Amino acid sequence: MGFVSPPLRLTEDHYRTIVAHCYDGLPDEACGLLAGPAVDDEPLGAVTEARPCRNEDKSARTYRIDSRDFMATLRAAEARGEGLVGCWHSHTHTDAYPSPTDIAQAEAYPSWFYVLVSLRDGDPVLRAYRIRDGTVRECQVVLDR
Amino acid sequence: MYTASVPVEVRLPTLLRPHAGGAASVTADGASVGDVFADLAGRYPGLSDQLVDEAGSIHKFVNVYRNDDDVRYLDQLDTKVTDGDVISILPAVAGG
Repeated sequence: MGFVSPPLRLTEDHYRTIVAHCYDGLPDEACGLLAGPAVDDEPLGAVTEARPCRNEDKSARTYRIDSRDFMATLRAAEARGEGLVGCWHSHTHTDAYPSPTDIAQAEAYPSWFYVLVSLRDGDPVLRAYRIRDGTVRECQVVLDR
Repeated sequence: MYTASVPVEVRLPTLLRPHAGGAASVTADGASVGDVFADLAGRYPGLSDQLVDEAGSIHKFVNVYRNDDDVRYLDQLDTKVTDGDVISILPAVAGG
């Protein structure tokens, strides 16, 4: 993958929103969207909104972001002159690493950050990735106070 | 009841543009979303497979909106369109 990703910058509030939504979703996977500034579709790394969405699949193994939540989040971002820059979902019993399904599905939004939250162990583990052409690369996550 | 066929704009995601000659947006005629897709299929046969599955339903991995409303929560492919409507196709965000 011939590019260097900027770090993903979350506020502590975003982090808490994401992790809390993942626990709230148990036993199913939980999911949501990240909005922020982008230039020519390329996210700059900043996040202005982490919006919890419904999991249409209502499944512990798969997720599909509710289409109505998707449109509402997209329009809200556009109204701020921003875009959707990523998504997150939980893995309830596996690592915070994209599954083969996650990698295949990432083809639809190749410019996004993909955040995984593992709830397998006692403490949640949040990691972020870029996924392009089937290649996964972890990127730094910075928590802004 | 006769419903007039009208031209509507169909906005395509990056992923599907190669199936429509690279266009981000195309115009198609129809009285319903299904009609509009049928009109598109005539011109862009490759696009049709991406929108509608073998059973004739909207493909699992795309969301189809009439203006900002997902047609799955309206009348699916029978959802009526009127002049000035915009059909937006956006890939679903999904995984495992």
